[in-house]
Amino acid sequence: MSDPTEEVDEVDYVSGTGIPLRGNDIDTDQVIPARFMKVVTFDGLGQFAFFDQRFDDEDNPKDHPMNEERFGDANIMVVNSNFGCGSSREHAPQALERWGIDALIGESFAEIFAGNCLALGIPTVTADHETINALQQWVDDNPDGEIEIDVEDETVTYGSNEISVTVDDGQRKALVDGIWDTTALMKANQQAIQETADSLPYVEPAD
Amino acid sequence: MSQGTLYDKVWDRHKVTTLPNGQDQLFVGLHLIHEVTSPQAFGMLQERGLEVARPDLTHATVDHIVPTASQDRPYSDDAAERMMAELEENVRDAGIEFSDPTTGDQGIVHVIGPEQGITQPGKTIVCGDSHTSTHGAFGALAFGIGTSQIRDVLATQTIAMEKQKVRKIQVDGELGEGVEAKDVILEIIRRLGTEGGVGYVYEYAGEAIEDLGMEGRMSICNMSIEGGARAGYVNPDETTYEWMEETDYFQEHPGKFDELKPYWESVRSDDDAEYDDVVHIDANELEPVVTWGTTPGQGVGIHDPIPAPEDLAEDKQDTARRAQKHMRVEPGETMEGYDIDVAFLGSCTNARLPDLRRAARIVEGRQVADDVRAFVVPGSQRVQRVAEEEGLADVFREAGFDWRNAGCSMCLGMNEDQLEGDEACASSSNRNFVGRQGSKDGRTVLMNPRMVAAAAITGEVTDVRDLEEAEVVA
Repeated sequence: MSDPTEEVDEVDYVSGTGIPLRGNDIDTDQVIPARFMKVVTFDGLGQFAFFDQRFDDEDNPKDHPMNEERFGDANIMVVNSNFGCGSSREHAPQALERWGIDALIGESFAEIFAGNCLALGIPTVTADHETINALQQWVDDNPDGEIEIDVEDETVTYGSNEISVTVDDGQRKALVDGIWDTTALMKANQQAIQETADSLPYVEPAD
Repeated sequence: MSQGTLYDKVWDRHKVTTLPNGQDQLFVGLHLIHEVTSPQAFGMLQERGLEVARPDLTHATVDHIVPTASQDRPYSDDAAERMMAELEENVRDAGIEFSDPTTGDQGIVHVIGPEQGITQPGKTIVCGDSHTSTHGAFGALAFGIGTSQIRDVLATQTIAMEKQKVRKIQVDGELGEGVEAKDVILEIIRRLGTEGGVGYVYEYAGEAIEDLGMEGRMSICNMSIEGGARAGYVNPDETTYEWMEETDYFQEHPGKFDELKPYWESVRSDDDAEYDDVVHIDANELEPVVTWGTTPGQGVGIHDPIPAPEDLAEDKQDTARRAQKHMRVEPGETMEGYDIDVAFLGSCTNARLPDLRRAARIVEGRQVADDVRAFVVPGSQRVQRVAEEEGLADVFREAGFDWRNAGCSMCLGMNEDQLEGDEACASSSNRNFVGRQGSKDGRTVLMNPRMVAAAAITGEVTDVRDLEEAEVVA
């Protein structure tokens, strides 16, 4: 049995190039349509990310940032508000990660989506509407421009700009300290888990 | 921060410890699993050489991919068959109870938990499905989780979470004739927005909520997530306890009811509980609500005009323009008279017995419009059985509806029930996202189940109050 904590990396810093993906309330059905979820592993989901936005009925590419060659190597997605709302499917961040995304910057994220991203070590950092608009415009103009997210300091640097962003406290600590993989962390508290179970009137002793 | 609410109390009772990352570790009282989001989690467990910690507190069913026309094995869709086989193997190896279709207990996960009495007040309940908020109707703290979190729960029976704020949504007054729980939640989401609940848990309270049966409360809690709130709940009361007493668990364990009731009472929000926010809604003002757009927040009273994008908040305008183009509606119009091609009566929001009974009264003695395909998908095999015994199935069939087997069906495009091309669907489900019902050009209009029945009959979005009810059924 391997020690799962060995696999966990600290994610205090993400750098790379951006891809703007505009629109509020982009739901996880758009990120990964349900028909691609009839699988028992997450492998191969990357090619289906935003499939219905990217391809027409004959699978011909449509006008979409993820189809543009200039954003082909992007690893930081810049989005607007309530990104990832709807279904709890982890297939959504799994598909984005497999497409190449390492971090998202946006106005706001749906909670389950942000939690699923954290479980994969993907930061979801936020800033206000104007700041995001400006960054999306900059990425459009500078597809090869370097973006640096400092998770610990809550800043994003691009071009000659440094902007303040917000990283949820729990997320920041988990990423910076490399404790975002919670299975091992929680498994270690076996005795306390048992005590809590014993204190609950509805929990019967394990079989 | 809130104090003395059910949320605070259930949280405290289940808190194991605070983790080094600042999150709380919570014990999970019931873990529900299904075929779509669990196989990868079992895979992760296997990779790490870990076993399922508490199979006795885990329960499985199959709902998303299960065909509703014929449940004969192997399923005609190979991918669906593979997912089912994988789930069967996982639950067998781990010793997890499985309400599979041969048991007569299968159904949508958020329908069967309450039916069997494993959903209980004061429990923490998780499932890899965002509509897990449904179980909050019983005064449980219930929320959807992702697959990595399913791994955590399988391995430890606990979950890492951050505590959220509590918003009380006080719905005073009485619902008018023909106005249902579904209309209440669509109105709440319309007012507070699809992201309004982010960071909050919703407590639904007030006379109009207390007057609802458990099924209505479930419809409301179910769509908390559409309002951005990961969980929503109603404080348990006599209505809740009456339901509990009738369920399998308490029938099979006499004595448990009296033993647990004091605990249920103890977790109710205190009269002087403190909330982070309170919102008031007057039930008397509500009308049947239907959606005109592609988010559940884009709703409108059946006789009210569809809003002009420029009249909405600035951050809503772009989404509204795209939605109106997709739906082919114009500002100033009402949704009444909007032509539909499909009527879908089903889903974890509205496929329980009272939903079907009410809809049947509209359908009885009438015929589905010629160019409409209409079908009813009961939420569970139990709902299906009782509905067949009561004669509801015959009423629907005689009117021209297809009567199907239990499953998620056309709520999402993961099984054979899908919209085709640009079909418009009057749907009792919970999401009108583009592509949600299987066709990216499909158009979904969310509404309450009686409104779906009315639309099936007339072939267009209709105010059900204009149709006279039959009194014959049930």
